[in-house]
Formats: sequence, C-alpha cells, structure tokens
Amino acid sequence: MATIQEKVTARFPEATFTTDGILTITVPASQLTELAKMLRYDTDAPMDYLVTIVGMDWKDSLGCIYYLMSSVTNQVVAMRTSTTDREKPMLHSVADLWAVATLFEREVYDFFGIIFIGNPDMRRLFLNVDWVGYPLRKDYDQAPELNPVSVENERQTDDTHVWEQLPDGKIVETTREIFTPEQFVVNIGPQHPATHGVLRFRTAIDGETIQKIDVYMGYIHRGIEKLCEELTYQQTLHYMDRMDYFSAHNYHHGLCMIIEKAAGIEISRRAQVIRVMMDELSRIASHCLFIGTYCMDLGATTMLFYTLRVREQILDIMEKTCGARMTFNYDCIGGVMQDLAPDFVEDVKALLEVIPANLKEYNKIFTGNVIAKGRMTGIGYLSREDAISYSITGPSGRASGWACDMRKIRPYSIYPELDFEQITATEGDSMARFKVRLEEIKQSAHILEQLVDNIPEGECCVKVPKALKLPVGSWFEIVEGCRGAFGVYLESDGSTKPYRLKLAPPCLPLAGVVDHITRGQKIADLITIGGSLDYIVPDMDR
Amino acid sequence: MPYEAFKDNEYIENLVKELTEAGTHVVVGQLDKLINWGRSNSLWPLTFATSCCGIEFVSLGAARFDMARFGWEVARASPRQADFIMVAGTIVNRMAPVLRRLYDQLAEPKYVIACGSCAISGGPFRRSYHVAKGIEDIVPVDVYVPGCPPRPEAMIYGIMQLSRKVKVERFFGGVNRKLKQEEFLAQHPMAEAAK
Repeated sequence: MATIQEKVTARFPEATFTTDGILTITVPASQLTELAKMLRYDTDAPMDYLVTIVGMDWKDSLGCIYYLMSSVTNQVVAMRTSTTDREKPMLHSVADLWAVATLFEREVYDFFGIIFIGNPDMRRLFLNVDWVGYPLRKDYDQAPELNPVSVENERQTDDTHVWEQLPDGKIVETTREIFTPEQFVVNIGPQHPATHGVLRFRTAIDGETIQKIDVYMGYIHRGIEKLCEELTYQQTLHYMDRMDYFSAHNYHHGLCMIIEKAAGIEISRRAQVIRVMMDELSRIASHCLFIGTYCMDLGATTMLFYTLRVREQILDIMEKTCGARMTFNYDCIGGVMQDLAPDFVEDVKALLEVIPANLKEYNKIFTGNVIAKGRMTGIGYLSREDAISYSITGPSGRASGWACDMRKIRPYSIYPELDFEQITATEGDSMARFKVRLEEIKQSAHILEQLVDNIPEGECCVKVPKALKLPVGSWFEIVEGCRGAFGVYLESDGSTKPYRLKLAPPCLPLAGVVDHITRGQKIADLITIGGSLDYIVPDMDR
Repeated sequence: MPYEAFKDNEYIENLVKELTEAGTHVVVGQLDKLINWGRSNSLWPLTFATSCCGIEFVSLGAARFDMARFGWEVARASPRQADFIMVAGTIVNRMAPVLRRLYDQLAEPKYVIACGSCAISGGPFRRSYHVAKGIEDIVPVDVYVPGCPPRPEAMIYGIMQLSRKVKVERFFGGVNRKLKQEEFLAQHPMAEAAK
C-alpha cells in the first residue's frame, strides 16, 4: 500500500511536502481542487472529515491551509495553497467535497477577503455587509472611525454572491436570492431564550414545516484571533476561558499543549494528571448544564435545578483550586497555575459518590417521560455520512455513530493510559444526542475514579521564561472539548507573539448543520434540535 | 457584608437628597411609597445574555443563589414585560442596534444594569475591532457590576442597589411618565408615518 505522499507525488510532481508531525502538502492554487478530490476519495484513507480551513496572510501572499482527517485511519493531512493577488484573491472552493466547507470558506472570506470560486453562498459571515477591510489581514486598518459602533440597524441584504468559472476559463459573478419572494420568512433571534445566546435563524416556513434556515451569526464576534496576535503567548491563554466557557479547561489544555510542543517544554506528570482531572470535571459540569437547559427548553424547568446542583458542587471544587467560578485561567504554559487545594481529593470523592444517584434521578424524572420521548425520539435525524461531511464532532457526532472522540483516536496527554469507553449511538436523533451525554458523564466519572487516588507528587509547573519565544514554524493540535474537537493552529515567526493563532471551535459546524437537519421538520422541533446540538454562541463567533 | 457597607452608596444618598429637597406631597408621597414598595420587590429582568455572564445569571436563578427570594425570578423573554435589562456579556458592533432596540421596547420605568467588565468598558476585548467599549454610549446605565464574570453574590448586590434606587424614586409625575404625552407622541415612529 502506497503512502499518501507517494500517491500525491505520482500525480502532482510539483507538490512539496513537510512532514513535521502532520504531513503538509503544498500545491499551486490551480491544482488544489484536484488534490482535494484525490484525498477525499482515496480508497485506503478517504479524507472525509475537514477539520478546519485556516486562512493565512503571509504578507507577500494570501492563502489557506486545509486540515483533513480520515474517519477510517484517523490520519491527519494538511493541504496548503496560496495566491499572490491581494486586490482580488481567488481560490477554488471545496464545498462540493465537504458540506462544512461552505461555512469555513465564508469565514475565510470574511477575515481575509479570499473569494472562493464555486462556493454557493459567498457572503460575509460575522461582519456587516458594509464592513471596511478584512480584519485578519496584516495590513488591516483598525481605526474605529472606519467601522464605528452604531445604534442604527445594520443594512440587511437578501442576496448572496456566487463566483463561477465558465468552461472557457472566464470567472463571472452572479447574484442569487437567499429566499424567494414566495417564501414566508420568520425571524428567530438574536434575542430569543431558546437559541442559547445571540444567534439568529431566518426561517422560511410553509405552514409549520421548515423549508430553509439561514443561520445569521456574528452577534458576539469579538475578534479573539486578531487580539491574540498582539499579545504574548502567556497572555493569549485567558481568551480560551471566554470562548466555550464550559470547556475552559479543555481549551486551555489544547493551547498550552501546542505552545509547549513548539517550545519543547516537558511538563510534569502531576500537572498532566491535574489537567486531565480538570478536563473531566468540566465535562461533567458542562453536560449537567446541557441536560438542565435542554430539559428547560422542552418545558421541564425543574430539571435545571437538579442538574445545577451537581454543577455547583463541581464549581466549588474548582473555585477552591483555581480561585474562580467560571473564568479559571488555570492551565498555564509549563503546567498549571497553582497546586491543588488541600481538600481536592476529598471533594472529588464526595462528588463521585453523588453522581450515580443523580443520574438515576435525571432518568427517573425526565428520560423515561412520555412527553420527553415523544419530543426527542426520531427528531432531527443526522446520518453518519452527514455528520462527517458537516464536521459534527463531539457527543452530537458520536450520537450519529461516528467514533470521533479525540481522546481515543488522537490520544494526547495521559489519556492512552486511562480506561474509558467511547460512547456512540446509531440512532442519530435528539434522543441519542441526549443519552450519549448522560453516558459520557459516567465515563468521565470513571476516569476521575482512576486518577483521584493516584495524583503523583511533584512540581505542578515548570519554569518558563516570561517572554517566551517560539522557533519559526507552524503546529496543529486537536483536543476534545465538551462539545467536540477543538483544533488549534499556531504559526510563529520567531518572536514573542503568535504570527497567527487559529482556533477551530466545534460549535461553528454545529450551527452550520442546523439548516440541513431541520429541513422538513416542524418549527416547534427547531428548539429541540438546536438544544440537542448544544452549541455555544461565543464559541462559534469567537 | 455589614449593613453600613451596603448602605454606603453616595449616588443614592444624593438622589434621595435631591428628591426630598422640596419636600413631598402628603398623599402622593405616601402612594409613591406604597407603589415603590411593590415595584422594588418585583423587579422583572429580561432574559438577555450574550456570553459568560449569562451563565452566572442562570446560576443566580437556580436553587443555591435563588433570586426568587428577592422577587426577581420572573425573567421575561419579551422586553415589553420586563422592568430592567441585565446586560450580561460583551456587546459587539452587530449587537449594539439590537440592544438599543430592546431598550426602546422596555416599558417605562426601565433600568439597565451593566454586568461584567465587557458591558462596562469592553473588558478583555476592549482593543478588538468589533467590540463596543462599554454600553454607556448605547443605553443609559443605572448600576455597574464589575467582575469577569461577576459572582452571583455580586449580581445580587447590584440588583439590590437597583431596588434601593427604585424605592426612593417618585413614581407619580416622576418615573411613570418622564415625557409629556405630546412629546412622547411626537417622538413616536407612528407620528412620522401619520405625516
């Protein structure tokens, strides 16, 4: 069996390779579609999962790095291409190969102004239609006068643009309508209690049946990636708390890991154990809150009070050690910020004792309830192929039968030594997504059981220079957040600040799939489906 | 927290002084007291959260911090039924007009609490290209609650300060109608349409 590199060389002699952990294939822009097609439909390792598209500004050129993963072999490959045109940069779209690419390419267009030929919906994603400039370009003018904060309603447009290449090679721009004049469009959000944050759905309905949803985001886009470029590595960490605030520890873990890898820092065993324990504690807390708010969306308000009881207990444990209830900023480069609180072990044991009883209670109150069953079973079906094509990772992807737990398939930290199961279900409906999370609480508790008595002695943080300089290069890591795979791409130019820090959150694809799985369903089920996907809006907007 | 420290609020002291300077009407003053007693003990918030602070607001509603003790638990999803907005989270350029519209939709008398450092000044995102540097430029603010995010206890403190403010205000001829009827109608968007 030929390796990917051999296969690519045979077909694309111009391609260059770097094999520093992840195989990166660099090709000219004209060959990208061919290469993508070849990798996507490879017989041995089809690269069917598009992790992220990293837009890049290398000053002399603009470009993209596509991170791909195979759901068969779990191998990661990167494709890299660039264009030197800064006035009207154009690349070919890969939206026909991966459904999620439509959304990722819109993001790149919004931040870098790269137009993707063939993308069916080339609008800005987070910023207003009239926004001046492309913020993640290095020559972006940040002057507030150009883009002032206004209290006037933003200009809305119902048109989208499509660039197509004709057979004779000419590129034409056409304008298309998002909704036809006959469609009846209902606006849901951004101020709506069941959208879990400031997300807006423009919903075309026929009677009660949903025809199409246009997800409109950017109501909490805070430009974290740009902010990080002006800060030292230590200073970038605290933004991880404020993206998906339930996966604060997991995201910290991801970013710390990539910086440590780049700087060649070895962290102590104690720090690793503490990090994993914190990750799993936050997973339990996050899933508890999910159950609470989800049940509340479905009308079972009482459940929120039951589930928040466990969450408060976990927050107490974290508060004793980290000193905060939500924005912990606990993992730092080289280990963890401070040592565990003296009664940490005792508290965790007390927590582990109450979890089984609590889960039993949740099942008794809610899961078996006939209304709950009626509202969740068979609602919002997502097939395995679509889950992969739309990059739906985390519990939502696993509920569709895709084993995508990064702790198992790309093990990091001490996860390979631990005994836990990857929970999957085959139903792919809202009920399955709910049950997978319930089961994951058990698995996380099981991990904690293994570690709580085996926290090794040692230092919790190794000494790291304040002005940490990373060597020139680029790195990519994926960790498992509470809602799915969280990818971090880091590029360094040798200074104390990151040249580019791309955060690939799991919630952006989750929002992207809403349109696909709600089509043909009833409008009342939109809340059920949205709730079961469990997206966090500040995470998708960043 | 000692009671004196809770009372230590110059702004409200000055407000009380200003309101009572010219004395109060015997009847209306008593009615004011009665109505304000009711209003200050049933402040209904708008369910409004953009980011992290909103989750602490959820905790505030749950059993442990239990804001129902103070009569704030009736969180309304529609601004037309709410008394105040707790601006919990960052307000970005795209959200600013929405916040303004929500504020305009609140029925008088209405109040705003800026909750968390993002709402106060932009917080850790102050230098971003897409973040409002505090919500003062968008809506008038009554109470500021610092923190990132503020603890639920701090939020309780903030809302309690708001209810103190509500208690000393004049309801009749005061906050119940800040604008004369003609002024209100002249400003109303329908007036433009009628012309």
